[in-house]
Amino acid sequence: MPKKPITFVLNGAERAAFADPGQNLLDFLRRGVGDLTPKYGCGQGGCGACTVLLDGEPVLACLTLAEAVEGRRVDTVAGLGGPAPHPLQEAFMAHFAAQCGYCTPGMLMSAKALLDRNPRPTREEVIEAISGNLCRCTGYEPIIAAILSAAASGARP
Amino acid sequence: MSDSMIEFRKDLFADERDDRLTVIGKPVRRQDILGHVTGRSPFFDDHLFEGLLHLRCARSPHHHARIRRIDVTEAERSPGVVRVLTGRDVPCNLNTLLSLLDFGIDDEPVLSGERVRYMGEPVAAVIAESEAAAREGAAKVRVDYEPLPHVLDVEEAIKPGAPVVLDIYPGNRFICHGKYDHQKLRFGDVEAALRTADYVVEGRYQMSPIEQAPIETCGAIAAPETNDRYVCYTSTQALFFSLATTSKVLRLPSSRLHFIGGTVGGGFGGKVDSIHEPLAILGAMLTGRPVKYAWDREEEMQVGGPRGAERWYITDGVMRDGRIVARKFVGYFDSGAYTRLTSYAIMKAVGHLPGPYTIPNVYADVYCVFTNRTPATAMRGFGITGVDFAIEAHMDKVAEVVGMNPIEFRILNSYRDGDMKAHRRIAKNCALIECCQVVAEKAGVALSPEAKRASSRQGGGGERAQLPPRTALDEKGRVEGFAAHGYARKGHRRGAPDTPVRPSPEPAFARTSSALPARDIASKPPSTAGAPPQPAPARAAPSQPPLPSPPSGPAPRAPIRFSSISGLRRR
Repeated sequence: MPKKPITFVLNGAERAAFADPGQNLLDFLRRGVGDLTPKYGCGQGGCGACTVLLDGEPVLACLTLAEAVEGRRVDTVAGLGGPAPHPLQEAFMAHFAAQCGYCTPGMLMSAKALLDRNPRPTREEVIEAISGNLCRCTGYEPIIAAILSAAASGARP
Repeated sequence: MSDSMIEFRKDLFADERDDRLTVIGKPVRRQDILGHVTGRSPFFDDHLFEGLLHLRCARSPHHHARIRRIDVTEAERSPGVVRVLTGRDVPCNLNTLLSLLDFGIDDEPVLSGERVRYMGEPVAAVIAESEAAAREGAAKVRVDYEPLPHVLDVEEAIKPGAPVVLDIYPGNRFICHGKYDHQKLRFGDVEAALRTADYVVEGRYQMSPIEQAPIETCGAIAAPETNDRYVCYTSTQALFFSLATTSKVLRLPSSRLHFIGGTVGGGFGGKVDSIHEPLAILGAMLTGRPVKYAWDREEEMQVGGPRGAERWYITDGVMRDGRIVARKFVGYFDSGAYTRLTSYAIMKAVGHLPGPYTIPNVYADVYCVFTNRTPATAMRGFGITGVDFAIEAHMDKVAEVVGMNPIEFRILNSYRDGDMKAHRRIAKNCALIECCQVVAEKAGVALSPEAKRASSRQGGGGERAQLPPRTALDEKGRVEGFAAHGYARKGHRRGAPDTPVRPSPEPAFARTSSALPARDIASKPPSTAGAPPQPAPARAAPSQPPLPSPPSGPAPRAPIRFSSISGLRRR
């Protein structure tokens, strides 16, 4: 089957690449486009390590077809922050909210989606927002604290 | 993080901690955290190679089977498949992880060719242009299996007539120090002490296997370099372990292996087994292209070595006032189909007994048992965690029998500075009593004035520092035909570390040992000075440990040397 050209906006810049038929967005971003920040954890929508934003909404890249992003906007951790870290990244560093770091990109994107639509979430809303992201180093408390702290700082890029 | 979570007890550790600490107790930013939050930390899979091939294994659907034939012709013709590997392609297709330390006998093939011993054991590796093509090719490997009886329970596995998992260990038990089919601890005379105890309390404790379940599954990418070396990006948490294992399995000098690791997406012990590097590099050698071998999530959960299951039987002899006078352990570690690290786990476990309590008579027989389950491996405190669960659950049970508050019961029996431990070292810097006091305070549990006054620094030593007047010894579980020093089998040549040590068809295993552990075996019977065991005065639990008490007495041999964890006496 022929490859299909996909044109989309990745972290604010227009990109085009070929997708294999049936290729998922995770594999497409990593191997087709070269954005290695979304991670493979399970390939079945169970861990959230591959979470990216599609038109601002968090989606699991392993369960999204590459073809589905045609003409749409995808955001990953690679686009978070600029010369200085994003307030969420700063808060994650300050609160020791990463140990091995493998779930971190997905956590950050889930947190960003939350703060974009709800800048002052409650603790319960934070927990709900990251409930699809597994951390095996068991750092949920520092992660929750980091997200709440980023929200409290109110800084928005 | 909150500083109040840590309380330093300088009164207890004055000689071990000075005030010039510059890191401990102060928040420090991790050196790798900027990479983590920007997604730039280089995990093994975060390296792009042009022309990357993908390797996936065909796996056994049986717990135990003989392989009559492996037919890879259909797999080789499958679209996108570049190469199919079987055991014959692996230069040294038999290894045991700890052979690097001259510990144990090579027992595990990289790709099994004659027999599979657990469900999911790899028999062939298919290398293809895409992961999907490799998956499809692996499904087309045709294996003619002859299913064999299997055993999945540790105590079933050591019964006479149980299916033998590894021919080199016909009793389904690892051989410790080349001498015994279990790891022993003998301190004092437990049977005699149990006869004098007011209560005898028995318990059986079972742990499940636990998968480390890192979010990053285990894997490696290898590629030929231009200088006749192979680069390997790996998720290993033991880089030099993986390097040396690969060097042995592929019969390549390590100078031709360029390993890059250190960024691990969660390990917890599950990334020490060095499974992926040899096959990925072998694939790169045979295809001349970069090869990635990584488990998917299902493989990680099914064939990734877990923390092995443990079963413990504990028998305590305790006096009415709460003093534990004897503690006996029989432990079974489920090693699964191969040794990997369970031989070491049982030594750690025995070194930890009887827990942080001063007990004058301690006995333990701990077995590393082979079954047709997924091979077990390292996981956070393995060898310790399971038996600690058993010990502390048992402490609560015994406290209930003697009618004591469980915290006071622990304080009464805790190690104090200067006490002799069961493995013949003096306890120092003890702090369990103080921990118990803090716990009681925080939990709102009222302690007796004596328990409140107790201190790890008082009441220890003296008589409590003495070795037992007599230690009951025995030759139970004695085996012959294994090297007595070092840990390797007799005949193993140090000069040829890359030669697989294959078992002789019929290892000289003590014939009597196959009846174990139903009965005490003594190939050189010790004089039986001790009286046969009497029924204990008060049985607090109906369950029986599987071993009847052996009659024991002073051994005829002298001097006896007691093994520490390493098998060497260290002071």
